[in-house]
Amino acid sequence: MPTEDIIDTLAGIEPGSALDVVRARRLQARENAQKSYLALFEPIDASDFSLAERAAVAAFVTGLHGESPVAAFYREKLAANAEAARLAEAIDAEIARGRTSGPYGAFPAGPLSIENKAGLIYRVSSERKAALGPRLVAALEHAHLLVFRPRDAASADMKALLAAGWSATGIVTFSQLVAFLSFQLRVVSGLRTLAAASA
Amino acid sequence: MSTVNPPVVFTQDELGWVSWIDPLPEVELTERHYAGLVDRARAKSDYFRLLVRDPEVLEARTKTDKDIFYNVADGLPRAERELAAAATSRHNGCIYCASVHARFASTYSKRREDVQRLLDEGVGADLGEPWNAVVKASVALAATPIAFGHDNIAELRRAGLDDAEIVDVINGASFFNWANRLMLSLGEPSK
Repeated sequence: MPTEDIIDTLAGIEPGSALDVVRARRLQARENAQKSYLALFEPIDASDFSLAERAAVAAFVTGLHGESPVAAFYREKLAANAEAARLAEAIDAEIARGRTSGPYGAFPAGPLSIENKAGLIYRVSSERKAALGPRLVAALEHAHLLVFRPRDAASADMKALLAAGWSATGIVTFSQLVAFLSFQLRVVSGLRTLAAASA
Repeated sequence: MSTVNPPVVFTQDELGWVSWIDPLPEVELTERHYAGLVDRARAKSDYFRLLVRDPEVLEARTKTDKDIFYNVADGLPRAERELAAAATSRHNGCIYCASVHARFASTYSKRREDVQRLLDEGVGADLGEPWNAVVKASVALAATPIAFGHDNIAELRRAGLDDAEIVDVINGASFFNWANRLMLSLGEPSK
């Protein structure tokens, strides 16, 4: 039995529908978006980035984008994780604190500086740091940066993750997870919008 | 680490990219890693030897990327897919990604000056249709919260795109929200 395609499920694409036929023309992309999801959420090796941490970061990242079927899916995934479910309330509270509008941030000093746009520099609230622990605190802060102000990323941000106990391999998978969700959210939103416009 | 000379403008020139964390040394690559690289020649690239620290994700990401952009058996021409990638990168602020995909957009469209105007003036540059509709849709998809709506679909249709071509725009622009964040998270461009 093949696993249900997560993008089709979240976008509400039924077998045999017009968009099902269109998606079938990019079969390799469809299958590998699914494999990306599985590699990130059902990995063969989670030693550098635990499943509980993945669930917490995913709920945070998708929640920052506002309410959607994707955000609801990852919130449920967090609630279903025995180790991470206790974090659901803290993640929800941090989503509320972190929501804003992007992209913003600064360009390298020079002609592009006139396009610099200031915005929230998110930090986890001090009252929730103990519950989340230093690894997740650093992860949520970097995830917020990648979601809203990716052009602000600097080598110092890598040092903060390393100092919080992240390995180089963990940082790569973590960056992939935040970046992949940025893709998945948009494909689902775009396909839903297209389906509604064709109804 | 080598000296970094970061570009301060968007450009179609070839740029280097410098990682902030250590790629895997080539001698440590196993068959699992080579499977993740997809293309063995990528073992020479610091960027891919960094991403191959998670081989399964890299492999799936690479195959997603290749089909979205290189499968031109039908659907949107390659030039407009690359335009969506370049516009997304321009808007998010990934100077490296924008340089690569602006070059591709120029190569496939033969409209180098229009592509340069996108880089110089930004995503508001008037490039005519259907390019304006593709750039606007890419910008709306890049926003957080996502701002892509019925107006974007209507504009793309008025510009002559059918639904399969609109899905190519959605895939291409969405994929660059992945690519931009990955590159910006892990390193920086260098001239």
